[in-house]
Amino acid sequence: MSAVAAHYDALQKLGVEVLSVSVDSHFVHKMWNDNELSKMVEGGVPYHMVSDQAGNVGRAYGVWDETQGIEMRGRFIIDPDGVIQAMEVLTAPVGRKLAETVRQFQAYQLVRASGGKEATPAGWEPGKETLKPGPDLVGNVWKVWNPSME
Amino acid sequence: MEEQPQGCARVSGSVIDAPPQDAPAQSGPTTTHEVSKMTARVGQKAPDFSAPAYYRGGFTSVKLSDFAGKWVMLCFYPGDFTFV
Repeated sequence: MSAVAAHYDALQKLGVEVLSVSVDSHFVHKMWNDNELSKMVEGGVPYHMVSDQAGNVGRAYGVWDETQGIEMRGRFIIDPDGVIQAMEVLTAPVGRKLAETVRQFQAYQLVRASGGKEATPAGWEPGKETLKPGPDLVGNVWKVWNPSME
Repeated sequence: MEEQPQGCARVSGSVIDAPPQDAPAQSGPTTTHEVSKMTARVGQKAPDFSAPAYYRGGFTSVKLSDFAGKWVMLCFYPGDFTFV
C-alpha cells in the first residue's frame, strides 16, 4: 500500500480516489501511517484507510479469507456510475504492480470518453492506436494491430 | 470531512442493504442467488458499504456511494505492518 501512496500523484492526475481496506482498526491504520508509511512516503498516506474488522466489506467483494480472517489483495476499478470495470485478486505473498492499474484506468477513461466507440487492444498504452469496433474492423484487426505491438 | 466520536466499541465496515450478520435464519435454505447478489462482479454495480477510516490525521467514516461521479480504486490487503 506504500507503493500506492508513493505514486498517488499519477492516480490523482486521473481523478482517481483511493480507498484501502483491511481488517485492522482505524487506530492501527494511524499507527502504521505514523510509524512506518510516513517514513516511506513524504507526508504520509494521502488516501482513506478503511477499517473492516468483521470482514463484511471483504465478503461482499469476494476477497474474504475465512481461514485466516484476513482480506486478500483485491483491487477494483469502479467507474463514476459505481460499476466495477476491473478486478484483480492476489494471495498474500505477491504484491501488485501499480503501473498496470494506472494503465487500466487510462484505458477505461478513454473508452468512456469515446462513448464506447473505441476499445483498447492488448498491451495498449496512452498514445497508441485504439480499435474502433464496427463492420469495417471485422477481419481487419491485423491491419491496425499485431502481437509485436504489445 | 466529519470527525467521528471515538468510543471503545469494536467497529467495522458494513455493507449497505445487506441483511445483518445476526439476522434470524430465514425459513428454507439460502439460495445461491442471494449470495451472488452481494458478490462483486465486473460490469455490475459495486456493493455499497460504509466503514470507519483513518484519513490524513483524523478519524472519519466513508461510504462508497459518496464517491459517485468519481473513478475509485478500491484496494484490499491482508494487514497493516505486513511485508509485501
